[in-house]
Amino acid sequence: MKRIYMDHAATTPLAPEVLEAMIPYFSQRYGNPSSLHSFGREAREAVEEARAEVAALLNAEPSEIYFTSGGTESDNLAIKGIARRNRKKGRHIITSSIEHPAVLEVCRSLTREGFEVTYLPVTKEGLVEVGAVEEAVCEDTILISIMHANNEIGTIQPLEEIGRLAREKEIYFHTDGVQTAGKIPVDVRSLGIDAFSISAHKLYGPKGAGALFIRKGVRIESIQQGGGHERGMRSGTENVPGIAGLGMAARIAKENMAEESERMRSLRDRMSGWVLKNIEGSWLNGHPDKRLPSNLNFGFRYIEGESLLLHLDALGIAASTGSACSSKKLAASHVLSAIGLSPVDSHGSLRITLGMENSEEDVDRACRAIFDSVKRLREISAMRPE
Amino acid sequence: MSQQEYSEKVMDHFMNPRNVGMIEDPDGYGKVGNPTCGDVMEIFIRVKDDKIEDIKFRTFGCGAAIATSSMTTEMALGKTVEEGMKISRDDVADELGGLPPNKMHCSNLAADALHMALEDYRRKIADKKT
Repeated sequence: MKRIYMDHAATTPLAPEVLEAMIPYFSQRYGNPSSLHSFGREAREAVEEARAEVAALLNAEPSEIYFTSGGTESDNLAIKGIARRNRKKGRHIITSSIEHPAVLEVCRSLTREGFEVTYLPVTKEGLVEVGAVEEAVCEDTILISIMHANNEIGTIQPLEEIGRLAREKEIYFHTDGVQTAGKIPVDVRSLGIDAFSISAHKLYGPKGAGALFIRKGVRIESIQQGGGHERGMRSGTENVPGIAGLGMAARIAKENMAEESERMRSLRDRMSGWVLKNIEGSWLNGHPDKRLPSNLNFGFRYIEGESLLLHLDALGIAASTGSACSSKKLAASHVLSAIGLSPVDSHGSLRITLGMENSEEDVDRACRAIFDSVKRLREISAMRPE
Repeated sequence: MSQQEYSEKVMDHFMNPRNVGMIEDPDGYGKVGNPTCGDVMEIFIRVKDDKIEDIKFRTFGCGAAIATSSMTTEMALGKTVEEGMKISRDDVADELGGLPPNKMHCSNLAADALHMALEDYRRKIADKKT
């Protein structure tokens, strides 16, 4: 049985061209980019080429791109780095209640350093309201961190308006763009963004590589001290193969974006259309159109998500759920709670995130598998229509 | 066993649950759990000559919840009422080759549903005698 991977928000397969771009930097061009000899220079060249590719993807200058180990580190660097460097100016940070833990937990940790954090609520579609951001701003606010698109429900935030507000009020604006970089157009200039986090493995690049865009002139300090790599912003010998992979991934993503995002959108709509029509007691979490082209988050009544996931897995379909029963902490997804879903309704959630290798046939097979699994679990279920 | 991994036996009972369904007008009925927590189980029994002659369950919940329900019914079938009352949550987990630690508490409720069904049966018998 052919397995179908539909969990691309978790991670993506490495694109063949990316692998090819990485291989030389393991055992042939293994130099340290800091070394002056030819081995070092060829590694340095690879890093700088990748920097230019990542910059081009975001409409940034290469000098504004800093390589990290991934999205989590980028979020840590942006938020801690900006907060600590600007603490004399103020100690208030605004973020949303549906951020990735890499933002939420970093903000939480800063409260122990004397910062105050406002976690904005979202609408039932998962949107941060610009008015709410404006209301939360005070004299002391130094940083706003709002994600570009949510990893669970795919809702795309109104960054341009938030960016405009941030500029007016002279507050730094960081965005976790891990789910959007390479998937939908990102222009850090027109969005008014000061810092933007990306992760390679979400865009067909390798795990363990990422980048942070930091607009020229932003006051930020390093959070990892050492040999002063990445212009003092991120010490530690560069992950050259990973960075080369990220560069190639960024390049391919940019080339294919228009066509691929259209294809994703059409597969997504095909799937949601079929599921919502053919499965009673089903609904879509998130926003109907301000949504990542590759994201679907269904809810199914009377069944529990982990069970559904395991049934789908047995049928060769890989997906994800926000059900408490599948999480390590046995707590319902904070995102589904924030959009107002009751614990019962969040139990029956199923996240499908499409990607490059998925075809129309895959989508149709996944639809059937979901239909059959939901039916089977409802036959077993102790919950049913009143 | 890692945090979220299920044994082969758990997966077998989850994918091919035994004794699914309900019994019309059962001799005993038990229901435990809470939809907010993600697990609801109900067990129906038919008792003849003090033996559990038929048993059925329906469960809303995760893999562990469904597997423990299935295993509980299999263990209880053919046992006397007294023997059924002695089947514990730990017995069910052991019979399944263990459960992930985080599932031991919340999803392993089927034995409670069984005991409730058996008590329901005993109560009905007592009611008939009086």
